[in-house]
Amino acid sequence: MPSEKKLMRGSNVVGEAAVRAGCRFYAGYPITPQNELPEYLSARMPEVGGAFIQGESEIASINMVLGAAATGVRAMTSSSSPGVALKQEGISYMAGQELPAVVINMMRGGPGLGNIAPSGADYYQATRGGGNGDYRTPVLAPAGCQELADLTFTAFDIADKYRTPVMILGDGLMGQVMEPVIFPDPIDIKSLPPKDWALTGCKGRKPKAIFSMLLDLNALYNHNLHLQEKYDEITAKELRWDTAMTEDAELLVVAYGTPSRIAESAIEELRAEGIKAGLFRPITLWPFPTIPLRKLAAKIGKVGVFEFSMGQMLDDVIMAVGERAEIYFYGVPGGIIPTPSDVARFLKSSIKGDGKVGRRIEA
Amino acid sequence: MSAEAAFKKIFGRPESLKENYTHYCPGCGHSIAHRLVAECLDELGLRENTIGVPPVGCAVLAYNYFNFDMIEAPHGRALAVATGIKRTNPDKFVLTYQGDGDLAAIGTAETIHAANRGEKISAIFINNAIYGMTGGQMAPTTLLGQEATTAPGGRDSSLHGNPIDISAMIAVSNGVVYVERCSLASLKQIRQAKKAIKKCFQVQLDKLGFGLVELLSPCPTNWKLSPKEAWAWVNEVMVKVYPLGVIKDTTGYEDKK
Amino acid sequence: MIKRTLFAGFGGQGVLLMGYVLSHGAMHRGLNVTYFPSYGAEMRGGTANCTVTLSDKKIASPVASNPDLFVAMNYPSLEKFEKSVAKSGLIFLNATLIKEEVSRKDVEVIKVPTLELAKEAGSDRAINMVMIGALCAKSGLLSLEDTVAGMQAALKGKEKFFPLNRKGIERGFAFIADGK
Repeated sequence: MPSEKKLMRGSNVVGEAAVRAGCRFYAGYPITPQNELPEYLSARMPEVGGAFIQGESEIASINMVLGAAATGVRAMTSSSSPGVALKQEGISYMAGQELPAVVINMMRGGPGLGNIAPSGADYYQATRGGGNGDYRTPVLAPAGCQELADLTFTAFDIADKYRTPVMILGDGLMGQVMEPVIFPDPIDIKSLPPKDWALTGCKGRKPKAIFSMLLDLNALYNHNLHLQEKYDEITAKELRWDTAMTEDAELLVVAYGTPSRIAESAIEELRAEGIKAGLFRPITLWPFPTIPLRKLAAKIGKVGVFEFSMGQMLDDVIMAVGERAEIYFYGVPGGIIPTPSDVARFLKSSIKGDGKVGRRIEA
Repeated sequence: MSAEAAFKKIFGRPESLKENYTHYCPGCGHSIAHRLVAECLDELGLRENTIGVPPVGCAVLAYNYFNFDMIEAPHGRALAVATGIKRTNPDKFVLTYQGDGDLAAIGTAETIHAANRGEKISAIFINNAIYGMTGGQMAPTTLLGQEATTAPGGRDSSLHGNPIDISAMIAVSNGVVYVERCSLASLKQIRQAKKAIKKCFQVQLDKLGFGLVELLSPCPTNWKLSPKEAWAWVNEVMVKVYPLGVIKDTTGYEDKK
Repeated sequence: MIKRTLFAGFGGQGVLLMGYVLSHGAMHRGLNVTYFPSYGAEMRGGTANCTVTLSDKKIASPVASNPDLFVAMNYPSLEKFEKSVAKSGLIFLNATLIKEEVSRKDVEVIKVPTLELAKEAGSDRAINMVMIGALCAKSGLLSLEDTVAGMQAALKGKEKFFPLNRKGIERGFAFIADGK
């Protein structure tokens, strides 16, 4: 039976959902704005027989996760932007070794130490691989506490199904916001598909090794082709997006995560004035919902891109839409959270094409 | 009389080693260290319950030689990876096999903190005072005056810092139960090294805490010495900076005897 | 219906707790709720604020363009946020600390002598409970019962504070009902 409705902070929601999704190992290093998550799991993990470690660094933490994942245990780490930059080593290795794990990034402002306010500035890092090598990491972008819970389950399932690290990309606001949540039932770990690749000691079988170093040129070439096939399959099967109020829209707003929530209120403000805009919200940032966006944008003719970064998701929108629609862009760097009215001004300006807020993009 | 009765096998390949040729250079200490680890695992009946973590460095391909489950760790992170394995599988036997660059330079933080947490893991630490795989660059353990491709004219403390004694450094932590330094450059020391490795493994089986065995290991290729000269260099020069013997032992094993 | 409330003041005045109480109380009433706090450095002694959005429909933005209700616990907060309050909105002033007048003429101002009322309720630490009581009573967002339930949910595990906090909330309700 699903849980009763609980009012919980976003970071804690991820922790509880992870435990219910069968996560039994967490390692992480404190960094604002997601400290509530390791704090929550430090108490919660022992209750379910799992292990919690506060690592000596983000690098150590992701590598602890790598070790636990190699034995078939559902494992997770979390951090915020500068910390996730440090974790890229382990993420790249896990991509190469085909190990499943979930990595949470509650983004904050950068570059460098930046600040602790909500940001979307790690979009490139998350969606383009992030570490060395030719790999991608599925990225899920929740836009509220209930979705944080639901997508945490999804993240573990995708990770296991495709043997890949999966990232949940939130921001400081998602980490701190409190909303009512109904948690899905805890899964029965024994019911999960067996992981015949996991290291368990070689009793009764030949020893196994998990590695990403392939000195033989053909071996690495073929391994990369295999990875690409896997990424193609993920792209075909795991695309997720949402739309709202698009049927009669004159402008299609593209936004994910927190900005999509602010954009939705902005759209409601405009509709109260009789101006019709609609929302396209990517939920998987990689794979990006290119074709669905392309079709809708071509039909509506005008696209307004709003993100907490200075033109990162914009690139994916341009690749999806090209010259099929006019593209307008409103980027807000980490730190300032615009209000729905700010975004509404951008949307009005985009519909008029007067360029007073944001700017027109030549694709 | 049966063949079994007539012939008794007195020497063979340990089951914990695969039937593969190694890529190690002539005179390299790794082959000996591999064999000692394998013999100890066999004798303690651990092979089928073991998960090993090799380093980045010359032993990066150790999974081609060790006949048990292994997972590659990023450079320096073996003890972090091993921590994740052991904490989720406390009944498995977990060992790391690391070189000086891996354990005492890029992985210093992971080493010190795994040791300090008292992780129930056994670390085999190969100290050859040089970077072997990358071709003779300075290691954290390179001796003062020792030639390295990145320390032309020899290691100079004012330019390159000093040889690091990581075994002594971790020994001060309460989480560390057993640390011994042996060498792979004499038959007597090789026998002692095996005893130390076996004891280190026992520490983990008895869930006492962290154990580490440092092995001074010849690298004739990068020292630009013959194998015989390399043994002599370990015994005459290297041991002065890295004295052999037990560095820490709070196992209480001897008291019980 | 959608109502956005902004609470602001010094760290230590219980600003974030007022937001929790309103949020939990709204859940108790069966409304959708989104609570967003300022966080980080401000939490450690500086200014603190949080926004609580209540609605009987799905809530989109967790941040408000123009809050309908604004609780100012100190003057810097009043100065900073006064302009953003929606037309015909309500501004609740912590009259114990704020002697200045609100410059806006298109809002209703409720001056709550929090410290005096809290002392009457039994503890000068209950100023935030007095204020949340006054807010819920004046705005009609929550009944006394829902507000108390919200307080109890927000302070779960700290049951020994319930009676005193309840008195504070009741004093806030009485202040609105009786005008004193």
